[in-house]
Amino acid sequence: MDRPAGYNAMELMVCCAARLLEDGAVVAVGTGVPCAAAMLAQKTSAPNLVVMFEAGGVAPKLPTMPVSVGDSRTFHRGLMATSMCDVMETCGRGLIDYAFLGGAQIDPYGNLNSTLIGADYARPRVRLPGSGGACDLATLCWRVIVVTNHDRRRFVEHLDFRTTPGFLDGPGAREAAGLPPGTGPYRVITDLAVLGYHPDTCRMEVLSLHPGVTPDRVRAATGFDLAIPEPVPETAPPTAEELAILRGQVDPYRYVIGRAPREVLEGSSGSA
Amino acid sequence: MIASEAGDGPLFLDPSADRARAHFRTKRRGLADKVMTVAEAVRAFVADGDYLAVGGFGGDRIPTATLHEIVRQRKQNLGFAGHTATHDFQILAAGNLTGRGRLLAKVDAAYIVGLESRGLSPHARRVMESGEVDVCEWTNYALAVRLRAAASGVPFLPARTMLGTDTIRRSAAKVIACPFTGETLVALPALFPDVAVIHVHESDRFGNARIRGTTVADLDLARAARKLILTCERLIPDDEIRREPDRTAIPFFCVDAVCEVPFGSYPGNMPYEYFSDEDHIRTWLGVERDPAAHRAFLDRYVFGVSDFNDYINACGGLERMRQLRARELLLDGGR
Repeated sequence: MDRPAGYNAMELMVCCAARLLEDGAVVAVGTGVPCAAAMLAQKTSAPNLVVMFEAGGVAPKLPTMPVSVGDSRTFHRGLMATSMCDVMETCGRGLIDYAFLGGAQIDPYGNLNSTLIGADYARPRVRLPGSGGACDLATLCWRVIVVTNHDRRRFVEHLDFRTTPGFLDGPGAREAAGLPPGTGPYRVITDLAVLGYHPDTCRMEVLSLHPGVTPDRVRAATGFDLAIPEPVPETAPPTAEELAILRGQVDPYRYVIGRAPREVLEGSSGSA
Repeated sequence: MIASEAGDGPLFLDPSADRARAHFRTKRRGLADKVMTVAEAVRAFVADGDYLAVGGFGGDRIPTATLHEIVRQRKQNLGFAGHTATHDFQILAAGNLTGRGRLLAKVDAAYIVGLESRGLSPHARRVMESGEVDVCEWTNYALAVRLRAAASGVPFLPARTMLGTDTIRRSAAKVIACPFTGETLVALPALFPDVAVIHVHESDRFGNARIRGTTVADLDLARAARKLILTCERLIPDDEIRREPDRTAIPFFCVDAVCEVPFGSYPGNMPYEYFSDEDHIRTWLGVERDPAAHRAFLDRYVFGVSDFNDYINACGGLERMRQLRARELLLDGGR
């Protein structure tokens, strides 16, 4: 695919995610892009960003990319190594601002499927991991950011299984179902665009297209009606400083930024 | 709106706290020497049809040695708490569809089949897509709360999760109203596993155990389980436990067997001891694409070895463990 020279889609996605995290916020992350984004934010605009992992790691000084959200990197020189219940209960008390998630399918209301592909629950075509901590984090954290590849297989009108709540069936549905008021989907960052949700309809809409991406291309990669503003803003490309820190300090071995975008999040939930 | 007021998934275990109390009343609780081999512990405390739960986080501080032994002894028709289950689930799934009966019969699924960023296990997928295993959906937090309810000696605890999803529809949870505020909550039934297996850093011969790093759900799991097998990196003297009792994470009266297994979480990560062996896990995932290659792999590494030490030696022995220790301690520059 055509990209302006100098950076790849994965590097742009990490930068977009990092820019969403303000200094002093608390974020629950998984491995991969979310971890890289949090590390980049800490080294640029948000030095006091607090990172938590669902297995119990709190505020580590990540020496390398973790392989697992429970491995020893997730509390390396951290401030606490605690339990899953402690982290989830911290979410439940309203202390965690952002959660990063992924999924095999996402619908217009930001609901996620990471459980199965197919119509028959007892004999699925593909059994996926299930919720992991995703449903918990999407219920209890204030804002959910999804990072995923953008194609018609993932962006679907109807999920095969609603593992994790977005805005459910639209305005007011989260509150009616008993989810904590004021919580919900916030942004979707893909290899084509940055997306948000319309405040009245709760449906996904484009906020900016990445450099070189046309509205038709995004529509073709989306399995539901997608509002695109006219004229459409362009995503700011990575700055030289962001790229230098990302490549030199955050991910020097290119575990995340070296992955071709199509391989990312393949059939896995964003957190174990 | 939510699809239903209660999940229609199967409840695999009795959540009655009173019946659990009756069992715990009969449990041997005195200070007794419980040191034995893993093979002895699995023979004594894992029965066909038991419901099993495993400590750690899938590939981190997992009781690999005991899981291999359960597969090697061909235990049948087990239930399993699929809580943050990754490589541990992959090991147990080797007891299904490999010509040795059906090891897994019932799975409470919060996280199964996947190995996080490493991808999905082809064989675990085959097992879970075959229809030969009954499944009930949960979340990681929901299963942790179910263990906490059991550890607390109550038949359920409320939590705020799964509302509005198909996850709750396929669970065995019930939606309730808070008796004080009227808010919508989810009642999660206590989970008392028949047997739990947890790998720890240090234990004395009675089962007083220390854990370093994150505890995941293991403090509650140890207290919820009817039977508990502990494996430890090192046996330590009882005097050492008494010198610093604040470091005891699991008390002796929860424990039925203590097995000393150095490198017992391999190829998983053991915090402060050794990092995960990503090459070995990648190889295991790779051979699963071909059922014949998978069976040959299992014959070599699980069924063809006499104990866990044989497995460690087949995987590179002390030299490999030294490399993984260097990796854990970042002596290799973090590569």
